Amino acid sequence: MRPATFWLAAVVVGAAFFGLSLQVPNQYYFQAGYVVLQYIVLATAWNILGGYTGYVNFGTAAFFALGAYSTVALYKLLPLPLPVLVMIGGGVSGVVGFGMGYLTLRLRGAFFSIATLALAVVMQTLITNWEFVGGSRGAYILRPAQVPLLGNYIIYLFLVMLVLSVLAIGIARSIERSRLGFGFAAIRDDEQAAEAAGVPTLRLKLAATTLSGALMGMAGAPLPYYVTYLDPASGFNLAYAVNSIAMPLIGGMTSWVGPLIGALFLGTVQQLATVTISSALNLLIVGLLLVAFVVIAPNGIVGLFNAFLASIRERGLRKHWKRAGGDAVRRESPR
Amino acid sequence: MTAALLEVRDLGKRFGGFTALDTINLSLRAGERLGLIGPNGSGKSTLVNCLSGTLRHDSGSVRFDGRVMDGLPAHQRTRLGMARSFQLPKPFGSLSLADNIRIPLLYTVNARRHGRHLAPAELDGRCGELLQLVGLADKAGRRPRDLTQVEMRKLELARAMAAEPKLLIADEAMAGLSHSEVDDILALLSALNERGITVILIEHIMRAVMSFSERLIVLVAGRKIADGPPQEVTRNPDVVRAYIGE
Amino acid sequence: MGVSLDLLLGAVVAGVLLGGFYAAVSVGIAISFGMLDIVNIAHPAFIILGSYAAYIVNSSFGLDPVVTAIVMLPVFFVLGAAVYEIYYAVFERRGDEALRGLAFFFGLLFIVEVALILVFGVDYRFVEARYIGPTLHYGPIDLPLRMLVPFAVSILLMAGLQLYLSRTFTGRAIMAVSQDRLALQLMSASPAKIKRIAFGISIATAALAGAFLIIIQPVEPSIGRDYIGRVFAITVLGGLGSFPGMLAAAVLLGVVESITATFYGPSWSPAVAFGVLLLTLAFRPSGIMGRR
Repeated sequence: MRPATFWLAAVVVGAAFFGLSLQVPNQYYFQAGYVVLQYIVLATAWNILGGYTGYVNFGTAAFFALGAYSTVALYKLLPLPLPVLVMIGGGVSGVVGFGMGYLTLRLRGAFFSIATLALAVVMQTLITNWEFVGGSRGAYILRPAQVPLLGNYIIYLFLVMLVLSVLAIGIARSIERSRLGFGFAAIRDDEQAAEAAGVPTLRLKLAATTLSGALMGMAGAPLPYYVTYLDPASGFNLAYAVNSIAMPLIGGMTSWVGPLIGALFLGTVQQLATVTISSALNLLIVGLLLVAFVVIAPNGIVGLFNAFLASIRERGLRKHWKRAGGDAVRRESPR
Repeated sequence: MTAALLEVRDLGKRFGGFTALDTINLSLRAGERLGLIGPNGSGKSTLVNCLSGTLRHDSGSVRFDGRVMDGLPAHQRTRLGMARSFQLPKPFGSLSLADNIRIPLLYTVNARRHGRHLAPAELDGRCGELLQLVGLADKAGRRPRDLTQVEMRKLELARAMAAEPKLLIADEAMAGLSHSEVDDILALLSALNERGITVILIEHIMRAVMSFSERLIVLVAGRKIADGPPQEVTRNPDVVRAYIGE
Repeated sequence: MGVSLDLLLGAVVAGVLLGGFYAAVSVGIAISFGMLDIVNIAHPAFIILGSYAAYIVNSSFGLDPVVTAIVMLPVFFVLGAAVYEIYYAVFERRGDEALRGLAFFFGLLFIVEVALILVFGVDYRFVEARYIGPTLHYGPIDLPLRMLVPFAVSILLMAGLQLYLSRTFTGRAIMAVSQDRLALQLMSASPAKIKRIAFGISIATAALAGAFLIIIQPVEPSIGRDYIGRVFAITVLGGLGSFPGMLAAAVLLGVVESITATFYGPSWSPAVAFGVLLLTLAFRPSGIMGRR
């Protein structure tokens, strides 16, 4: 499928999905749906750096929360429409991603990952100490009650996140089939060999980090309007870090399909579970699933599916051989 | 006298307190066939790594094709025309063989052809040709994990060749190959050399080195102890002592 | 002017004591990452486990936390050996990319933290011991015993480890395996077994570090994450190769953090390590840079 065709298909699917969603009478559908869509963006963004390029980012919360807090800061300064806030959130997180990458990507991959973990802690400390955005006490955001055409503001937020999901998936797929995607894969498989083959590894890694961070920042920008009260503890919630890793890993890291499946599956399960079990238990289950998949099924659901298909094909072939050669064997055996 | 393609002056490399390379001097003319031999641990691979940019040398300088290489990252050196194969094959495991070849085509060959990138059909064509050259054409769609050790070495060489180098450094590409396979690789390298590509052959297989090299360099404990025509070098008492011992 | 000097001196001394503790936190990583090349980012989780173990024993039986930790050393050793077995079986033997190993340890870190939240809640826990209250005074210098005791035991721990690694057969085997696996195999010692022992030791140090932690400050499950940045900074600053380098880096970080806390407030502490790290990376990224 050519890139343009895929984009068109994605937009059509997205539009159809939105049209169908508008038929749902229950308000809660949009609230829960927003979270799942948000995770689609986060998981896809993470996978560009993680699955495609092989660099693990433990600090999703940092990039995500930066987007959210850019919105908070701007909210206190001047009114801006949400799409603009999304762009700004993306820009801020992208710059931070670039800066962090520039400092740490020349070290071994493991150092980069540890740095991202530390980054999350540092960002949280900085924001907690920044009185302008409320510090540890948090900030209140007034959400407009109604939006022209759509009615409830929540529906508008849902739409924004849906657009971001389509954007993220479209970008991910475009990368996969492109020269850039090949470069990323080479870096993931063997960075030294990639360098020797002419791949400018540092430049590509920076591109991946910046893009991934920017998308995460864009996903975070609408958050203050969604929650209406934002404090560092919730903005930097551990759930974002673990989910953005678990979803691509469980879904499958090699293509855009994996994070989508992982986000839909885990995201929906968690939304259903939050009403029944505590959020801590919820997260524990995600953590256990993560470790289980890493150990048992590292290629995720997509990988399991592919292996299943391959084994069916092989069984079909074997049956064919048996039928064809079985008679001959029976005639030759000494009995 | 033609200018040297590769000029290495007083090259030094240390790992902590250990001196891996000590004041290496060598110079290579375009089109030459240079053999590099030495006991294990003598610094051959370190030298290759320093030349290609995988490692940064501590002292001295490297000039290639008239340009100073010091400080340039490996990918830029490859783009300028220096390609190397790795002693232990480092294939791109998740990509097919054809795509393994595609990477240097996309990132080295295309990078040199500003605005006149190879069309997809041409790219596919070249992948096929290169795999054909090393006898791996029928496995083009397979993954490296399906290959034997020997086939991986051939892939390694094909990938280095794909970068259309002026200088190809083959780091122990023949280890473990059978007699006829060694001849195949030698033929390949000779054909490349006839097209004008300078080759540095690093090997332990003496008959390959002797038959291929115009000039032979011997490295022992990080120092160059001999540099000259193969017949002379092998008769050099220092060289004999290094291999046989006192 | 005299007041600030006293303040500064006090901050430096406190920093040195803190640094000794940070060294105990980092020595486990120096072994698992520095020698075994295993990126165990879950190490802080084991430390927190050690803290909670000390808390449970202390609140139920009143036993001293350091004594508890020493008693727990074999338990944590076995735990570490078990974790290594899983890691080895799943990742190392297959030669898989480091990504999955990292994800594995992150999952562990996460699971431990959330499990602790479920069992103990997010309230701060602390221990009681005779040396937690009192402070020694030497002129302008204050030496709180709750900092001094961990510092002293930490130095003993490091000295003990250094002796073990350089004098005993297993210890030297561990040093050898960190440098040359092939040589070790030729000596007919099994690298996997040696690595298992080393990793077990690494986690055992976490038991002690955890006891120190809960002596120095009250503990809640999410504190582990603050330490990742610190350990990372110490690692980059001091290098993974030697204990003395690591000790120096730990003390340096402790001092910088302490001075920052004294003059700018303690809420900035977690950011200090990272700030130090970023500065180091920007201006003097030496020693462990890249693959060179």
